[in-house]
Amino acid sequence: MGGVKFEQAMARLEAIVGELEKGDLPLDESLKIFEEGIRLSKSCLKILEDAEHKVEVLVQDRNGKKRLQAFSPDENAGDDSSDESSS
Amino acid sequence: MSATKQQALFQSPKSVMTVSQLTGILRTSIESQFTDLWLEGEVSNLRMPGSGHVYCTLKDEFSQIRAVLFRSSALRLRFALQEGMCIIVRGRLTVYEPRGEYQIVLDSVEPKGIGALQLAFEQLKARLTAEGLFDEAKKVSLPPFPQRVGIVTSPTGAAIRDMLAVLHRRWPTLHVIVVPVPVQGDGAAQQIADAVGWLNEEDLVDVMIVGRGGGSMEDLWSFNEEVVVRAIAASRVPVVSAVGHETDVTLTDFAADRRAATPSAAAETVVQVLAEVVERLRVLTIRTTQTMGRHCMFEQRRLDAQIGKLSEMRLRIRLEWQRTQDTVDRLRTLTSDRLAAGRDLIRERQRELAVLNPVFLVKRSLAMVTFLMQRLERQIFVLADGRRHRMAALAAQLAQLSPLAILGRGYSILSRVRDGAIVRKAADAQLEEEVIARLSQGQLHCTVKRVLPDPLV
Repeated sequence: MGGVKFEQAMARLEAIVGELEKGDLPLDESLKIFEEGIRLSKSCLKILEDAEHKVEVLVQDRNGKKRLQAFSPDENAGDDSSDESSS
Repeated sequence: MSATKQQALFQSPKSVMTVSQLTGILRTSIESQFTDLWLEGEVSNLRMPGSGHVYCTLKDEFSQIRAVLFRSSALRLRFALQEGMCIIVRGRLTVYEPRGEYQIVLDSVEPKGIGALQLAFEQLKARLTAEGLFDEAKKVSLPPFPQRVGIVTSPTGAAIRDMLAVLHRRWPTLHVIVVPVPVQGDGAAQQIADAVGWLNEEDLVDVMIVGRGGGSMEDLWSFNEEVVVRAIAASRVPVVSAVGHETDVTLTDFAADRRAATPSAAAETVVQVLAEVVERLRVLTIRTTQTMGRHCMFEQRRLDAQIGKLSEMRLRIRLEWQRTQDTVDRLRTLTSDRLAAGRDLIRERQRELAVLNPVFLVKRSLAMVTFLMQRLERQIFVLADGRRHRMAALAAQLAQLSPLAILGRGYSILSRVRDGAIVRKAADAQLEEEVIARLSQGQLHCTVKRVLPDPLV
């Protein structure tokens, strides 16, 4: 799942920045993880850019089959309105 | 039975009643008089047989009364009756005719001093806590960057709207899956539990919010039901609870991995602000680049310093080289001078030696020998020549005296072959010995046939 990949990539990127900023790596190793960091940064950005906003609701048709369909709370509002209120 | 007839029965001493009649009268009287009463007492002799009815005795310091809670009412009871519990009940009196006992039939039961729901809450909480359902160790941390978020709540009302609004504001590209459920009333709890289970089975979301907006404790009650609490505790997908307002606490909150005070707060809990994450990513990238740049610059400077040191060293080496060269030159001059002097000396010594060299002496002597030999040879030749002349003269002289001349006159000389000795007398030769007779011309080889020492004739 992209979320996990993103999480790991961000964590690795943070670690790389920390490692680079500590400044006790030789130049060639710094360069190696620097390149990795740039690669991670790009892939993170790509994951964020590729994500798509979607709100779906689970519906069950007459023979009990479940499926997801687009959901907009305003369309459904009013038919089962309870006294609940949210803050 | 009318009131007048009852009175008549009591007043006439002659009329004898059966137990049943009396019990019947008492029953009618009691049941019509105590149709709805409130009673306070302590529970004892609590019995719950398989029929589902609940029996107990209510007592105080001085008296007691039997009580029954029929199955239908017992099912509505949210808390569990316990021995010694002080309760306030509402009910009506009846008489159980077979035993002639009056009892109170309970319609509703409230614990004394605490609400029924509150008690039920405390009881279930205690039980599930003992079971370990709310253990901190069981809680999992929320994913920091969920891509898909599930919401189990009513599809209508403010809660869902608020949550979707907050989620969208914070993370505009989020994928949200709403599982609509009734959040109060009969059957709501089971549907909420099923929804939580479904989201786990389908593995559709990284995290889920379970909740509803505010309401009375009764309204929120589904979220205290055991089936819901268990479903949430068992959820592999992290659950954030969001039931009611800040002050409302449900067992769902205890079972969830994280409790949010309100649905909006839950939405804020599950997702970060995308813009901030993007900014963080940007800052991280910049820091990466800058740090690398600084590192490179630092290394560059260090390299420059090394190069500076190197050229300095080169200069020093060049100076040293020059000095060495000078020294070498001086040494060379010095050496060649010495060498020349040495060579001169050697040549001189060689000359001296040459003079004294025995080889020259020998060579000279050898030359002298050759010369002397030649002279000797020449001398010998001259000498020999002179001798030859003298010999010739002597030979001529000799010829005059030669026996050959005598031989010419018919004599011969006889000599032994054996030793060349001249045979002067017959006895000098032996019989059959070979002798040579030399004549004036030629020789005869003869064999001695007879040796006659004396002339016989």
